[in-house]
Amino acid sequence: MTDMGWINGAITGARPAAVGALLRYFRDLDTAEEAFQEAALRALKSWPANGPPRDPAAWLILVGRNAALDGLRVRAKHTALPPDEVLSDLDDAEATLADRLDGAHYRDDVLRLLFICCHPDLPATQQIALALRIVSGLSVAQIARAFLVGEAAMEQRITRAKSRIAKADVPFEAPGAVERAERVGVVASMIYLLFNEGYSAGGDPARGPLCDEAIRLARLLLRLFQTEPEIMGLTALMLLQHARLAARFDAAGEAVLLEDQDRTLWDGRLLAEGLALIDKAVRHNLPGPYQIQAAIAAIHSRAVRAEDTDWAGIDALYAALERMQPSPLATLNRAVATAKVHGPEAALTMITPLEERLSGYYYYFGARGAFLAQLGRLAEARTAFDRAIALADTPAQAAHIRRHLDGLMRSA
Amino acid sequence: MLYAILCYNDEDAVWSWTKEEDDAVMGRLAVVRERLAPIMGPSARLLPTTAATTLRKSPEPIVIDGPYAETKEQLLGFYVIDVANLDAALDVARQLTAANPGGAYEIRPIALYQPDKRVS
Repeated sequence: MTDMGWINGAITGARPAAVGALLRYFRDLDTAEEAFQEAALRALKSWPANGPPRDPAAWLILVGRNAALDGLRVRAKHTALPPDEVLSDLDDAEATLADRLDGAHYRDDVLRLLFICCHPDLPATQQIALALRIVSGLSVAQIARAFLVGEAAMEQRITRAKSRIAKADVPFEAPGAVERAERVGVVASMIYLLFNEGYSAGGDPARGPLCDEAIRLARLLLRLFQTEPEIMGLTALMLLQHARLAARFDAAGEAVLLEDQDRTLWDGRLLAEGLALIDKAVRHNLPGPYQIQAAIAAIHSRAVRAEDTDWAGIDALYAALERMQPSPLATLNRAVATAKVHGPEAALTMITPLEERLSGYYYYFGARGAFLAQLGRLAEARTAFDRAIALADTPAQAAHIRRHLDGLMRSA
Repeated sequence: MLYAILCYNDEDAVWSWTKEEDDAVMGRLAVVRERLAPIMGPSARLLPTTAATTLRKSPEPIVIDGPYAETKEQLLGFYVIDVANLDAALDVARQLTAANPGGAYEIRPIALYQPDKRVS
């Protein structure tokens, strides 16, 4: 099957390895990208007629490298471009290149490409935009739409990020074990940030693909580092959360709470993959924050009905997360589970000391109001809900609290 | 005669399909399966190799993350089992190993299982 859908898929799939290898060869991001662009154009011409090559990445690297070298020669000598026939005998070269790609080279090429997008001098939004442009190959227009900014502004943002990287020292030697682990951690954070950009936008069709792209990058990272339980955890976490997309918003576009969601709308294939990965990760007995969050999501996923949820298990996992990464937000999340297991009084005691640090936080007052309401302290609950509404970021959040308030009115 | 048809493709490319592209392919395949219902046994779509775990059977059984990557052995058969989780699946694989040591079992979760369409 050599229809255009397959060819586009093959080019997109091969892109990280191909651009990564071209970057190692030319040591310049723009040259590597242009070389890949040229190779992709030639692939669109050649593959429908000749059939796709055995190893699309190797083909794209070889053709891209030759094309860029020709370009450099032309610029140097002002001679005419060599005809395409010069490039026609690809088969032999392809095999040796493919052999080399199978090893650690390929892995470090892709990791390097992801890693340079995460340069510490770049703000998080620029890291994500750069990764989408360079690694995923989204167009500037697509990225601009996803970030809700104009195309010119996004073009400028990406250009600025690139020039900052060009000035920085990009490490081209193969990294040592410790350095490699650090790079993997930095790249994992960037991928999760990218996912959250899409996730927080909910059903917005322009931003939704960010979640798919983050999952694709995570699968890529996991394939390079098959035995890293935290990468399994990260991938599982995103799959399990993304699986709920169709159930997270009602027909009016309002957010639906986890416990109110129609679980038959959850995507079974994403859930199966996420659960399989968390099972794999747990066997390593090396818990980390992504694994614990994924394990929490997995408990929700395994509950056929909301009332079947193993809240004691979730409470224990949040306690572990709190020990690993202490923060008021971790405690707040845990309190929701604690309320289910030990009652609202225990949960209220747990979150009351956080009030000062979370005084600008919608979720804090929403949770506080809910606990107070369960305890029958309705006047205090109303005060908390009023503050939550004032702090709501979206109309859906405010509407959600208003429904709580309506509930209070009815029970009062 | 029963035949197994094993499906191979570029995983990166297939998992890069958009939902629309994926649905289109699955829709076309569903039509073929329907047409061939009298001869169509069970079929399965596997999750990506990143979800796989391998039990290398000899010299000592050892669990490895990822798919079976060696090329010196050949695919000789497969089982479909229905268990709660990976540990239970590995337990089944160990029981099979006890009866037949040597080689490896790749344990790959199934994304989509289509039962036997033949009328029994």
